[in-house]
Amino acid sequence: MPELTYREAVRDALSAAMRQDEDVFIMGEDIAEMGGSMGVTQGMLAEFGPERVRNTPISEIAIVGAGIGAAMQGMRPVVEIMYQDFLTISMEQIVNQAAKHRTMSGGQLKVPLTLRTQGGAGWSPGAQHAQQVESWFCHVPGLKVAYPSTPEDVRGLLWSSIYDDNPVIFFEHRLLYPLKGEVPEEIEPIPFGKARVMREGSDVTVIAIGRMVPEAMQAAQDAEQEGISVEVIDPRTLLPLDEEALIASVKKTTRCVTAHEAVTRGGFGAELAAVVQSGAFDYLDAPIERVGAKFAPLAFSPAMEQWAVPHAADVLEAVKRTVARA
Amino acid sequence: MAKVEEKSVATGLSDERLRDLFREMLLMRRFEEKVEERFRAGELPGFLHVAIGQEAVAAGVMSALEPDDTIMSTHRAHAHTLAKGTHPNAIMAELYGKLEGCSQGYGGSMHLYDVANGMLGANAVVGGGLPQITGTALAYKLRKQPRVAVAFFGDGATNTGAFHESLNLAQLWKVPALFVLEMNGWAESTPMSQHLPITDLSERAKAFGMKAISVDGQDVEAVHDATAEARAYAVEGNGPVFLNVRTYRMVGHYIGDPQVYREKDEIADLRDTKDPIELLRARLEISDEDFEALDTEVTAIVEASVEFAKAGTDPNPEDALKYVYA
Repeated sequence: MPELTYREAVRDALSAAMRQDEDVFIMGEDIAEMGGSMGVTQGMLAEFGPERVRNTPISEIAIVGAGIGAAMQGMRPVVEIMYQDFLTISMEQIVNQAAKHRTMSGGQLKVPLTLRTQGGAGWSPGAQHAQQVESWFCHVPGLKVAYPSTPEDVRGLLWSSIYDDNPVIFFEHRLLYPLKGEVPEEIEPIPFGKARVMREGSDVTVIAIGRMVPEAMQAAQDAEQEGISVEVIDPRTLLPLDEEALIASVKKTTRCVTAHEAVTRGGFGAELAAVVQSGAFDYLDAPIERVGAKFAPLAFSPAMEQWAVPHAADVLEAVKRTVARA
Repeated sequence: MAKVEEKSVATGLSDERLRDLFREMLLMRRFEEKVEERFRAGELPGFLHVAIGQEAVAAGVMSALEPDDTIMSTHRAHAHTLAKGTHPNAIMAELYGKLEGCSQGYGGSMHLYDVANGMLGANAVVGGGLPQITGTALAYKLRKQPRVAVAFFGDGATNTGAFHESLNLAQLWKVPALFVLEMNGWAESTPMSQHLPITDLSERAKAFGMKAISVDGQDVEAVHDATAEARAYAVEGNGPVFLNVRTYRMVGHYIGDPQVYREKDEIADLRDTKDPIELLRARLEISDEDFEALDTEVTAIVEASVEFAKAGTDPNPEDALKYVYA
């Protein structure tokens, strides 16, 4: 099997879709000559030209709205919002327009729009370039939300997003871009609502998202040294969510930890905990632990930034707390 | 360079065609009066805005479009939707929340849709549709289709970021869009003097280098001619056009608006001097007898639409979930 970085895997899915389908095009800030602020779309201008690799003004309302308009005509635009913090600028178009057209029209319209974005802490960008906002969009009926953590998953899920007839908010994590992994020779679409068991275990289930998936894998390895067997599950898509897989895992392990980089309060871990307690209440041997960032705008200075966001050690501590209860 | 052109006397339509438009405008008027009456009788749920006084804009713009052209409208959408070809029964049934409505009861007055007839949605967020019209027009450009996408909005919308971003992007990419400003001088209850630092809103289009045409919105023929010119310009690949249409809202912002912000005799004065139906009636020298015959005909259509709507099907409550996802 070939090996790709997470960054290359995103580019591979975009390029493959654009090669086979004239209705797919990409637009966003600095994505053409520069190849995107993260280098994801490097080389695509040369292959597909400026009509299909569209540099845009710094106009998040218009970029997202234009994507919705083209999608309503049956095209499959992929819009890049440079940092997920800037999704807030286009929130009206995402929440009131893209998510609602299908219902408000009584099923007449579809909005097959993919909105790619990235972000995350770990390089001291300060509070306006590093927050994680995936949970905001999981509260909006009509949207789908994906947050893959491996090259194989990011490629297969991006493909599925492009060919989904609904608006998809597609989260990538900045620190995952250099991550390498094996991918199938041909792109294999990954269905929404299907979690991946990253590692099997018997004592505790860790449900992790985004950058916290590799952190949870590290924590699981560390826990093994202490005789604790950790199962790590990546839901891969948050909306829809593979509730069955999460509940089945916790029924087996009887303990659960959720882990994301977003602030804990009101984060997606709360939804995961609710799903698990409702589906596996009689099996739980300990309160569900939530791991996430501390409740503050992210500070710039590296020491404060690193303290505020979670790491493998925080997952390991949470795992140990659940085991200690039994 | 931007061009700002003043349209003077228009000569583009035969008397026969103008009589058809007169009948259409009278139908809109009687439809809106019936909507007011039925709302006051407590039969219509929600929040309604009628377009009494603005009929010539809807009739004139739509008379110059081709069937494949598309529009997005505002919260004041009944006349636009009628003019685009939706049957009065389907609109009235929507206002009654029935399955036979043009949005199957999912949208209501502020979310009328009729995609088969090119009506891509009325938008209840001021300025919300404009970015999507830019994107719809982008799809026509990318697919090399000779179509235009038309956004309706009021002077209030020209103060939103969505307006400025949409016009900027549309002009930058020279997409075949028409931006139709229904300049009625009111942003809900707030007069121009309190929400606009300038009086000629074509200046805003000029700032983007966009062609702008100013036209008397109470003169249906002038509106038709200006739209025809704008449409030809846009489909030839010259870029979008801003239509600055001066019109008059002869009613409150919503049905039941006490209009405490407006001089009492202003509306009476407008009805005496600016009523587009009376102006056209005088111009075509329609006899009282002919007028009565037309009025009887359109009134019967409106009455029938109410009967149709009242006899319509109430949706199953659980079908509220039916169209969340495609």
